Amino acid sequence: MVETNDGTPPPGRVLLIEDEPNIATAISFLLGREGWRVSTHSDGATALDAVARHTPDVVVLDVMLPGRSGFDVLGGIRAGTGDVRADLPVLMLTAKGQTKDRERAAALGATRFMTKPFSNQELVAAVADLARGPV
Amino acid sequence: MQLSLNLLIALSLVYVVFLFAVAFAGERLAAQGRSLLRGPAIYTLSLSIYCTAWTFYGAVGYAARSGLEFMTIYLGPTLVFIGWWWFLRKLVRIGRAERITSIADMISSRYGKSNGIAVLVTLLAVVGTTPYIALQLQSVTLSFGVFAAPGTQAGDLTGLAFWVAAGLAVFTIIFGTRKLDTGERHDGIVSAIAVEAVVKLVALLSVGIFVVWGLNGGLGPTHQVIATSSLADWTAVPGRWAGLILVSAAAVICLPRMFQVLVVENSDDRHVATASWAFPTYLLAMCIFVVPIAATGLARMPTGANPDLFVLTLPLAEGQGGLALLAFLGGFSSATSMVIVAAVALATMLSNHVVMPLWLAVNERGEGRASISGDVRGVVLRARRASILIVLAMGYLYFRATGGTAALASIGLISFVGMAQVLPALAFGLFWTGATRIGAAAGIVTGFVVWAWTMLLPVLASDAVLASGPFGIAVLRPEGLFGLTGDPLVTTVLLSLGLNTLAFCTGSLLTRPTPMEQLQAPRFVQVFDRAAPRRGRRSDGARADELLIMAQRILGGREAQALFAGEATLQGRAGDLPETTPDLLERLERRLAGSVGAATAHAMVTGITGDAAVSVEDLLAVADETAQIMDYSARLEAQSAELGRTAAELRAVNDKLTALGHQKDAFLSQVSHELRTPMTSIRAFSEILRAEGLEPSERAHYAGIILEESERLTRLLDDLLDLSVLESGQVVLHPAPVNLRHVIDRAVTASGRTGLDITRDPSSEDIVLMTDGDRLAQVVINLITNAGKYCDAATPALRIQVRRDGAEVTLDFIDNGSGIAAGDRGLIFEKFARLSDQAAAGSAGLGLAICREVMLRLGGDVTYLPGQGGAAFRLRLPDLEPVSRAAE
Repeated sequence: MVETNDGTPPPGRVLLIEDEPNIATAISFLLGREGWRVSTHSDGATALDAVARHTPDVVVLDVMLPGRSGFDVLGGIRAGTGDVRADLPVLMLTAKGQTKDRERAAALGATRFMTKPFSNQELVAAVADLARGPV
Repeated sequence: MQLSLNLLIALSLVYVVFLFAVAFAGERLAAQGRSLLRGPAIYTLSLSIYCTAWTFYGAVGYAARSGLEFMTIYLGPTLVFIGWWWFLRKLVRIGRAERITSIADMISSRYGKSNGIAVLVTLLAVVGTTPYIALQLQSVTLSFGVFAAPGTQAGDLTGLAFWVAAGLAVFTIIFGTRKLDTGERHDGIVSAIAVEAVVKLVALLSVGIFVVWGLNGGLGPTHQVIATSSLADWTAVPGRWAGLILVSAAAVICLPRMFQVLVVENSDDRHVATASWAFPTYLLAMCIFVVPIAATGLARMPTGANPDLFVLTLPLAEGQGGLALLAFLGGFSSATSMVIVAAVALATMLSNHVVMPLWLAVNERGEGRASISGDVRGVVLRARRASILIVLAMGYLYFRATGGTAALASIGLISFVGMAQVLPALAFGLFWTGATRIGAAAGIVTGFVVWAWTMLLPVLASDAVLASGPFGIAVLRPEGLFGLTGDPLVTTVLLSLGLNTLAFCTGSLLTRPTPMEQLQAPRFVQVFDRAAPRRGRRSDGARADELLIMAQRILGGREAQALFAGEATLQGRAGDLPETTPDLLERLERRLAGSVGAATAHAMVTGITGDAAVSVEDLLAVADETAQIMDYSARLEAQSAELGRTAAELRAVNDKLTALGHQKDAFLSQVSHELRTPMTSIRAFSEILRAEGLEPSERAHYAGIILEESERLTRLLDDLLDLSVLESGQVVLHPAPVNLRHVIDRAVTASGRTGLDITRDPSSEDIVLMTDGDRLAQVVINLITNAGKYCDAATPALRIQVRRDGAEVTLDFIDNGSGIAAGDRGLIFEKFARLSDQAAAGSAGLGLAICREVMLRLGGDVTYLPGQGGAAFRLRLPDLEPVSRAAE
């Protein structure tokens, strides 16, 4: 059965921007199991439109995307491009895991940064944290 | 006139005694090694012998006749000392290094120790200086005359001049010939002339102050007097000024007495730096009151009064007997100091370059090895004393002959221009190694003849010759030579120095320097740059005892023995005689040169050693040194060029390393990404699978994903290893005859279900090649799967065309997709260059990189083929062993 963490606000919508289908499947399953409504998008170039369309509560964003890099998408979100919420919580995911990527994400205003491969529990907890808003 | 002539003579005698005392004290102090005496101050004061009676008395007369023109006589030396002090410093350094005894010795040394040149310069100096000495006698006599009772016969005064000359001769002999080595300097004489320099300055300043403030009542009224006098009407003639400045500038260097104090008596070339400002200051003080005295004299003295004597007559006329006496002593000082130093300088030249060579020549004829027989020391001293007497006698006779008629200034100028003829040989000699003996002689003789004809002759010759030229040849008229009319002085200066320099340069350019000159020139020209080159002498013929005997004869027993003992100690043979090494001979000759001049010393030493000729080795040594310097600088240049090259190489290597570092970083980052991506799915689904409550279909699906990603990981690692082996060149190929059709068949089968519609022409593929079939198949598989992954057509199709093209076989793989953008075509063969990032394809972007490496190893290549509609790749293989078209 689906378990829900105690004391968490009711799960909302998550937009997952990830081009690796298997990873997208995994994350959708993990978050869906927690009660999140997960939409997936796999193209960087149209990612901002997807964000505007879906108006998610949390965005999980991969760095290596076809068309447009996750950093650019993050920059677009923080700049409020195309009516998106500029303060939208964004969880960055990257498979590169180098310090400079982490620094770049922080500079661009990523709310949280995780390196692949990740622990399922940590990912789920991070998304829940972000949805709860700034601490 | 309260001062009787007798009192004056008595006073002069007292003054002379005082000078004797000063000279004695000076020698005593020098003997005790007191440095005070040889400081820059004494050096500067001794230079003041430039200011003779001509300047003391004559400048006022000159100003009264020609206005400010007298200034040129001071401007020339001032310019030399301020602007050309580096030239003086070089001169002084050479003089000390080479133990130069006179200007004749200097020039002779420079031009290969040629005694001929020395004799020539000596002759010029004697002829040029004699009128000058006469001039001093005349001025002293005239000054006595001022004090003499009216009606005194001129003959009495001439007698006086004789006694003055005699007295000066005695003084000069006593203090000028006490030491043989003129290089050791005359401390007594220098002390005396330093005192005299102060006396004449004080005297002239006192008269000037008396005239300005005592007679005229201040600067303002004095200015009035000057403004109303004829001096105010003076107009400058630029040519004449330039000529006079040039001549006096040359004179301050070339006059024998100036050379004596400037170079020979100099103890430290740093004193030149002090003198460079102190001496011009002294000159300024000497000339500052000249114009006021001249103007006041013209205004107050009766017409017809000799302006040359205003310095004396003005105070006398005003009843200032004491001041007049001081002025007299100043004039007396000026005259005597000049005569003493000039006599010493001339006597040194005469004895070293005329008497000694003659004596050597005469004795050689009689006794063979002349240099070691006879009392040379005594001979030199006697020659020198006789020379002093001769010089003073000549001055006296000249004075008698000309009757003391000519104005002081014109006699001085004649002397100046005469000695200036030495300047080209001297100045060029210091800076131009190409200057030769012949050129120097030609220049000096030319200048001398022109000068003697145009300046000296008019003083001596008859009016007839002057008016119409010798034998009536008007062109050769002394005062209009070659029909040149203009200022006679300027004409003579330009003509004599111009022809002199022309002859010098022509002679130098047309002749080759003798070997000895080639040895000597660098010692002069490059005196600051390096140690003098040494001669590698042959000394086999010389015995140390012979040399010692000769040295004793010249230097005196004690000094010579000390010299040899010192040399022996240096050679580690203390208590014995030194070996006659080239070094010893070099130093001995230098030491002797200080006593008898370079030319004579050279002649004497080579008389014993018997190697008068300069050896080839000597010249090679000079050339070697030059070569070494050039070699050294060439090496430096080469080194710096090499350093530059190395730096550039290092920069390039550094750039390359930096680039490699970036590449490595990027590679690691990409490998990390490619490894982490499948790992992410594997980890996530592994965790998911551990949980309970999954549908069996879900489980199967997720397990399938784990398997798929694991395979992807394995593939990636295989590719990486494969690429690494290929790149490092460690791959082992197994060439064998391979049929292309079989290879393609295998590859198409191995590629599995790609969804491609593959078009082939099996008949054209029937080519047998000598190659590694497995590797070639790997490439073909990569290309087919690539097309399968990336061809974006609705119904993807691939055409494989094989063609034999001469010694080459090409395989083209053309799909019907949208192809690769022109800008990306260079990129696709790089590692991890996945253009679309379509991870669905499950590749790490190593395929084409591997293809490229494999084709490289197989001796062919893979390129992108543009313009085929879709993505097109061409493989080219060398058809090394075309077995046959059909191998069946």
